[in-house]
Amino acid sequence: MKATSAVDLRRRAVSRAVEVFCAASVVLALVPLGMILFFVLRQGLPALNGAFFTEMPKPVGEPGGGMANAMVGTLILIGIAALAAVPVGIACGVYLTEYRRARLSTAARFSADVLNGVPSIVIGIFAYQAAVVPFRRFTALAGGLALGVMMLPLIIRTTEELLGLVPPSYREGSLALGATRARAVWTVVLPAALPGIVTGVLVALARVAGETAPLLFTSFNNQFWSTRLDQEIASLTVQVYTYANSPYEDWHRQAWAGATVLIASVLFFSLLSRFATRRLERMHRGTA
Amino acid sequence: MTRTAVARDGSLFRLGLGVAALAVVALVLGIAFVLVDGSLLSLRAFGFSFWRTQVWDPVARRFGALPFIWGTLYSSFLALLLAAPVALGIAVFLSELSPRLLRQPLTFLTELLAAFPSIVYGLWGMFVLVPVVRKLEVATPGWMRHVPLFSGPPLGVGMLAAALVLAVMVVPFTAAVAREVLKAVPGAQREAAYALGATRWEAIRMALFYGRTGIIGAVMLGLGRALGETMAVTMVIGNNPQVSPSIFAPQYTMASVIANEFTEAADPLHLHALVEIGLVLFLLTIVINALSRLLLWRVGKKEEAPAVPAAAAPVAA
Repeated sequence: MKATSAVDLRRRAVSRAVEVFCAASVVLALVPLGMILFFVLRQGLPALNGAFFTEMPKPVGEPGGGMANAMVGTLILIGIAALAAVPVGIACGVYLTEYRRARLSTAARFSADVLNGVPSIVIGIFAYQAAVVPFRRFTALAGGLALGVMMLPLIIRTTEELLGLVPPSYREGSLALGATRARAVWTVVLPAALPGIVTGVLVALARVAGETAPLLFTSFNNQFWSTRLDQEIASLTVQVYTYANSPYEDWHRQAWAGATVLIASVLFFSLLSRFATRRLERMHRGTA
Repeated sequence: MTRTAVARDGSLFRLGLGVAALAVVALVLGIAFVLVDGSLLSLRAFGFSFWRTQVWDPVARRFGALPFIWGTLYSSFLALLLAAPVALGIAVFLSELSPRLLRQPLTFLTELLAAFPSIVYGLWGMFVLVPVVRKLEVATPGWMRHVPLFSGPPLGVGMLAAALVLAVMVVPFTAAVAREVLKAVPGAQREAAYALGATRWEAIRMALFYGRTGIIGAVMLGLGRALGETMAVTMVIGNNPQVSPSIFAPQYTMASVIANEFTEAADPLHLHALVEIGLVLFLLTIVINALSRLLLWRVGKKEEAPAVPAAAAPVAA
């Protein structure tokens, strides 16, 4: 039999072509990644001076100034979000692992999935109707609530996944020693998964800190210094959006600087979660 | 502890946690209620004609949402057309072809794109991509510009820029899910193909075919993301409500019109019309996500369903 007929050659050529296409796809995806990093850093780093972190926005026409209020605003907003979402999210995640087959678990799991898919702008509408309309003003509280809703499904999923990684022998051991279910979860299972859950929470925080759409009509924006929860408050993302849409060169520079801060925090937390997850996976395999 | 005390302890524990689980269910129902309640005026005033008419004129109190739903569907469709092949290519490369050493870092890098805030995509789109698109449009030869697909002035902002940004945003998401699907394909499938003398591509094709429902699910999950994307699209699509087949024309999406007009809607009817757009966006994404989950679940029935990464991929197990 001839080793390479024309058909064989063609089949091999097609196979080769597909392999090349697949490799090219990876390269193609890395191009925008590189481009975004390059442009954000090139435009953003020079504008990222001390004033950017410590000063307030200057009025139109005056160069300089910074986004100190927006950064504090973002921290306050994600702080509110965490206070609202973390307890509920972790409790719900524990329920899902403890009562896997309960009817409520099915409903809650489905709801969390739905929540994860709801566009952020729609969450903004919800927070507007629920927390802005009754008080007739934009507030930090409403913005934090919107971000909390966005965080919730992320925390539920992280908790459920990480609790699933804890070896069953942990809980069995504590139950065998006479612990109640609550005690076993609280003192043994949850602490074992805690480092991973904390990282998951931090990643979720970094993620919602980058949200703009749900803040547009909840926390709105504020050119002044404000830490009050019942007033509109500035945020890094909305400020970047406002500055990007302005016609001023200097504001564009600041928008890029804001983007640099956002990207840097995303990078930091992504790397962090990678290491934390790896450790937990090792534990799961029982080699840690 | 006595037996009853233990039982009480157990049911208290369950009750406490159950409240949290119930709260999550209630939240989704609450969102649905608020959206319906907030759009009643518009639902009553326009009925179905809201989605069939094209005139959006808040001053004249005429609201027709067809341009927005068109813009949303068209931009998402174009984005998927661009993103799906690339995402599948990435998934295949990372799960079947990549050298061991490169697999982890490349996976990390491609998934990193999913973690970038959409405002950053918008900024990049506005200041980097749009000028490039404009040059491309200017360079389009005259005879091509008579084709409806390419008609209109070369503005840069418009459907093409939006589709490109969306495609970049959707790729990592779809690729990650498709990779999970390929991972769930039993190795025996590939080995059998190789044993029959298949080339690499033929074996991969087998795997893709085996996981076809999951692959469709992965693409649909990307669609769900594209439909709801707000900031990046708003910054590059041109925000002009019109139903046009031209990829050069500035258009508008459902999410964008909510973002742009919500704070300015003093007229209750205007506000309710915007909330109705939000309601439909909500229902649309629920249907798309539920369908894609169903497809993904069918693939992974044997084990757990493939983990769908939360966009930031916090715990890519």
